[in-house]
Amino acid sequence: MRSMLVAALLLWPALARGAEDRLDFARDVQPILRARCTRCHGAEQQRSQLRLDSRTGALRGGMSGAVVLPGDSRGSALFQRITGVLQPSMPFEGSPLPAEEIARIQAWIDAGAPGAVDVEPADKRHWAYRKPVRPEPPAVADTAWIRNPIDRFVLARLEREGLTPAPEANRETLIRRVSLDLVGLPPTLAEVDAFLADASPDAYEKVVDRLLASPHYGERWARPWLDLARYADTNGYEKDRRRSAWMYRDWVIDALNQDLSFRDFTIQQIAGDMLPGATTAQKIATGFHRNTLLNQEGGIDVEEARWETLVDRVNTTASTWLGSTVACAQCHNHKFDPVSQKDYYGMMAFFDNAEYRVQGLGEVVTDKWIVEPDLELAPPEVLAKRDALKAEGEALKKTIDTRDLGAEMAAWERALGSKPPRWTVLRPDRFTSAYTAALEKQKDGSLLVSGPKADRDTYTVTVRTPAAAITALRLEALPDPSLPANGPGRSSSGNFVLTRLGLRAGSETIPLVRAVADFSEDGRSVAQAIDESEDSGWSIDGQQGRAHTAVFLPEKPIRAGGSMTTLTVTLEHTAGSPGSTLGRFRLSATSSANPWGAVAVPEEIRKVLDTPPAARTAEQTKTLTEYFRPLAASLDAPRARLAAVRRELEKVQIPTAMVLRERPGSDRPSTLLRVRGSYMSPGERVYAATPAFLPPIPEGRPASRLGLAYWLVDEENPLTARVAVNRSWEQLFGRGLVMTSEDFGTQGEPPTHPELLDWLATTFTSQGWSAKKLHRLMVTSATYRQSSRATPTLLERDPYNRLLARGPRFRVEAETVRDIALAVSGLLSPKVGGPSVFPDQPDGVWDNPYSKDKWTLSEGEDRYRRSLYTFVRRTAPYPMLTTFDAPSREFCTVRRTRTNTPLQALTTLNDPAFFAAAKALAERVIREAGPEPEARAVHVFRLATARRPSEGELAPLLRFYRDEAARFAGDDAAAWTMVANVVLNLDETMTKE
Amino acid sequence: MNDRNEWLKTITRRHFFRQSGFGIGGLALLSLLDERLFAAAVEGSDPNPLSPKPPHFAPRAKSVIYLFMAGAPSQVDLFDEKPKLRQYDGQAIPEEFVKGERFAFIKGTPKLLGSPYAFKKCGQSAAAISDLLPHIQGIADADWPHFLKASGHQIVGRPSMGAWVTYGLGTESKDLPGFVVLLSGENQPDGGKSCWGSGFLPTVYQGVEFRSKGDPVLFLTNPPGVAPEDRRASLDTLREMNAVHRSDTADPEIDTRIASYEMAFRMQTSVPELTDVSREPESVQRMYGVEPGKRSFANNCLLARRLVERGVRFVQLYHRGWDNHGTSKGDDIVNRLPALCREVDQAAAALVRDLKQRGLLDSTLVVWGGEFGRTPMNEGRNNSQYLGRDHHPRAFSIWMAGGGVKGGITVGSTDELGYNPVEDPVDVHDLHATVLHLLGLGHTELTFKFQGRDYRLTDVHGKVVFPLLA
Repeated sequence: MRSMLVAALLLWPALARGAEDRLDFARDVQPILRARCTRCHGAEQQRSQLRLDSRTGALRGGMSGAVVLPGDSRGSALFQRITGVLQPSMPFEGSPLPAEEIARIQAWIDAGAPGAVDVEPADKRHWAYRKPVRPEPPAVADTAWIRNPIDRFVLARLEREGLTPAPEANRETLIRRVSLDLVGLPPTLAEVDAFLADASPDAYEKVVDRLLASPHYGERWARPWLDLARYADTNGYEKDRRRSAWMYRDWVIDALNQDLSFRDFTIQQIAGDMLPGATTAQKIATGFHRNTLLNQEGGIDVEEARWETLVDRVNTTASTWLGSTVACAQCHNHKFDPVSQKDYYGMMAFFDNAEYRVQGLGEVVTDKWIVEPDLELAPPEVLAKRDALKAEGEALKKTIDTRDLGAEMAAWERALGSKPPRWTVLRPDRFTSAYTAALEKQKDGSLLVSGPKADRDTYTVTVRTPAAAITALRLEALPDPSLPANGPGRSSSGNFVLTRLGLRAGSETIPLVRAVADFSEDGRSVAQAIDESEDSGWSIDGQQGRAHTAVFLPEKPIRAGGSMTTLTVTLEHTAGSPGSTLGRFRLSATSSANPWGAVAVPEEIRKVLDTPPAARTAEQTKTLTEYFRPLAASLDAPRARLAAVRRELEKVQIPTAMVLRERPGSDRPSTLLRVRGSYMSPGERVYAATPAFLPPIPEGRPASRLGLAYWLVDEENPLTARVAVNRSWEQLFGRGLVMTSEDFGTQGEPPTHPELLDWLATTFTSQGWSAKKLHRLMVTSATYRQSSRATPTLLERDPYNRLLARGPRFRVEAETVRDIALAVSGLLSPKVGGPSVFPDQPDGVWDNPYSKDKWTLSEGEDRYRRSLYTFVRRTAPYPMLTTFDAPSREFCTVRRTRTNTPLQALTTLNDPAFFAAAKALAERVIREAGPEPEARAVHVFRLATARRPSEGELAPLLRFYRDEAARFAGDDAAAWTMVANVVLNLDETMTKE
Repeated sequence: MNDRNEWLKTITRRHFFRQSGFGIGGLALLSLLDERLFAAAVEGSDPNPLSPKPPHFAPRAKSVIYLFMAGAPSQVDLFDEKPKLRQYDGQAIPEEFVKGERFAFIKGTPKLLGSPYAFKKCGQSAAAISDLLPHIQGIADADWPHFLKASGHQIVGRPSMGAWVTYGLGTESKDLPGFVVLLSGENQPDGGKSCWGSGFLPTVYQGVEFRSKGDPVLFLTNPPGVAPEDRRASLDTLREMNAVHRSDTADPEIDTRIASYEMAFRMQTSVPELTDVSREPESVQRMYGVEPGKRSFANNCLLARRLVERGVRFVQLYHRGWDNHGTSKGDDIVNRLPALCREVDQAAAALVRDLKQRGLLDSTLVVWGGEFGRTPMNEGRNNSQYLGRDHHPRAFSIWMAGGGVKGGITVGSTDELGYNPVEDPVDVHDLHATVLHLLGLGHTELTFKFQGRDYRLTDVHGKVVFPLLA
């Protein structure tokens, strides 16, 4: 604490002095007062009759006299209040001003409170809410530097500040910079060499045009858009189930590659479904607002869950298109910006007319959630086939559930009374656990399990096939004192869940058609052990500590002979709470034509059987029939067919896209205002309307979601174009002209170059909202082409490069860090689009108690796709991307943070995926460069940075290579892998320079 | 002292934080953070966003160990003894309690369920604690109070408490993360990694999971075949080459990168040493009941002590399995609850004792609790034969020890059935406000601007529970 006090004292005069040179009320002080003071001392309220929204007002003072004494900060009430010398301190009951702002005000007062005489602006609205007027590019002294009008705006400011632009970056730097910016990938050496060799005056422009035409342009620019769209492949919340969202992602990439105008890009995403004769692509575009989180937790109020999605749609729309933060107006009128709570719900009303229904699973009514429309995207014949299979399946199900089984059941009842069949214990020859559990053969032929218990395990038991044909297989789950609660399972309560019992004779899989057990827990019948599901199974919870028996019938009797000399039984445990595996069990077989007698009938069935048929109640007959139905041989055929139909249905791949669809009816959309933003407190009905402080919906457009879409891109809307060009600027220059790209309101930063912003915005719209034209304009400017090298003087003068006297230099974003490693090493797959992929990821990242979903490593080139195709699971994001500041995509993110942490270093040094890239890069270098170490070292360095290393860089790299070559004793590939690992970790490799 | 010094001191204590750029308040930190990484380096100070930052006022605690009982333990079986509940066991709960209530699973009018467990009055406060927790009964003395609180909410996407604290204070440890997460019990908590996510705070403040399988921290181990000396040599090469480029470009950001690689290297040594609990004397291992090499709550408690010893700011332990609805033997209060108590009781008490012995308890706040409570009624989902309780957001118990809280007191109480809080209810926001206060952070001052709003851990609520403070 003490050392910090000292630091502050030392820092203080420096701050104050540095700022004194050129102080100006409008530029240096007004933004502070506007942010901190004008809520009470401004146009709306004048507490103590004081106004601080203009220099005149500040100098005039208030009820108790002057607050600013020019030249005497210590004597000025303004300064005394903000420092707390005079009580009450200001801001009243608010957080005090940061010291830097206090220093600026102090310096300004001491400098004599300089500033221009206030001119009352004709239009008092906040700058961002006024329609941009196209400014004339200013005149400059050094016209030779100018490449396009952007440069005039930038240079005019630099000349005013007495600064000169940096020289143009060298060609290697330039082509790497513009490649990373336009396609998100480093240039190939062939591309670098071609550019170096091209002496034509438009060599650079040719590179730019090639990049703009690349299919990877859309991938690169989809990346920031997908942050805004909070794109993800799962629903979020506890269960975090998968969703089919990738067609929307591909739509974005395609739209950007086609250079769909930002106007149409907007309209289609907000209301593509409502366009007359909407195409499939236009409907897919509405997936933008389907990317909201979806809560499927048990016990939630589904209507509230849907309302939360509407809240998110309003906030995201405002952030993305209006650069405005409206979240606070959910609960109350915005404190600083003119957004009222009514405005907020007026916006929400636009979204409240989209279709949805409530769907539930099973009989437990608490498990319900909201379902919004999906678009099925498959050829008609595939859909027809699916529908036919579905219909057949339903018919079969009906047969199986309702066919009259009278005579067959009577025969079965008689058989039950007959002599029980003889069972032969199948003595196991081989028995293994898929994990590390120990199976031990007991004297009675059973197997006892001990040792480490896995969450999921599969036992495989092999026996010799008995001579007599097998008509049934019996599984006995046996208690044992060594097991928890005496077993027969290994869960802490002695239970087990047998997900599937599989049977093979030789190499042939024997389908099991029926199963019966003496006891099953409710909802976990033994039939579940022979169905397809991995989430269900047979369990005996409630009757632990006793033996239980299940009998399984094959489709037809199994005869020994041929290749069928062995029987293999697999016992899979993948459902239930982790570790619910069998603890002791025994297998037997019979050749009796009547195997049923082997199984004790559950008590309630026994009661029915003990009642003479004539005396049974209807209820009892029903209970018995339901019990017998799964055992009826006459239903084997339909059951087998149903299973086949279901398998076929699963194979019918119908890609779906999540879309919005408006409810029919022409009513004006409306919603209920929520008092204090709480769903539980509905207030007045609010009709769809755009915020009152912005222009109304354009004439002739409906007050619907479609009207909202047209409004967003209407030429009267002052925000959308500015916000869009500012984001592009931010992507290219590392910082927006409005630094707070998410907030153009009064609490955001004012633009550093307001005229340039307006010129870009008006140029953007007049050029048909073409992003490619905008990007071309920006990257061909002299401003963009400057070297990013800074001089110490410039660093001190303008550490954040607000004045643009040098080029951008920033660590690339998470996805690009990985893409560079893949591209440089030659592993990268150029494939564009398709379902999300699963590249290498450490084990265990996806463990989740409520989901059995698994990260299954993609095959072939899909392991090396660009990072934007990596499957996004919201509750378990891809670790490498998170470590490099990628958001979890739960909410709209306008601007990512940029940090440097040791966890990042560990990732790029040691992540097996990155080390594999180093290995591939080493192999590439050995293959492509000559045998000389120096040639190889230069090659690997060029691949990563596009330039040749200097002597000072080459020497340590070669020295390291020689040391490693000695250590790896002749394993040249290993030594070069270490070198490649270093090169992939260079600051420059991960930096757009 | 003249007034200038006076206000400078004020500035220093309350605002250096912001001045140094890692602070909070009206300006958007998102940008400041980035820019200060730049600017701080220019000024030659530490550019690490995790560097220790001064609190708003004198703190009582430096670190927090939060023992999070994921799934929500049953307060009426552990800390909130209700004789009346036992007396009326099996009877329908009076209508006025449940009218208009929305339960996750309970249908119709549920029946009251008295606790099957005996309680003992412990320590000075004579707080009643269930016999299921004999070790915790033993520490219920001057060291810890316990209190009841009501109503909490979780919103996915909001930053976790550990992220807020690390954002506010940074970490004292040079080679460890500021916010560490340790898991035991059944798998991960609900909501996966978003439980310790940074939400809208910069991701650098999110919890780092120390895994019990494989590398404790992802990618800590060198790839196969790469020896520590290879790594050291490669880092030296990297540093030399980066330094050359640093002088070419004059970009101070490169210094930050060099520093981050050096810290990564230090972590490669310090983390395995730290996570190896078998290095502790046997007597200590016995006290906690650790089983080296296994994933257990006991191991994590011992590890938590080792972490705060090394300056880690916030350690969050998750022990999952307390969601005892009574749908089966595996999640009821007769079989499962006692098993869970056995899993955590000894180690949690040992942690408090051990911290005390080492003089660390004064500066370390230990919190034990879940996300909400459980109903005083039996859930009886699908007429289950097992006893269990549904989610109950109205009342639940949490205990705290050390770190500036007063020992041996109980704050708040519930009605005879344990359904509603009746006296001094402590809201979850109040708990958060109090924890921040103990760490020297004003909960209304610790803000972060997102979507135009200054967000706080305590949202628009929260008041410090002063009776809890020592």
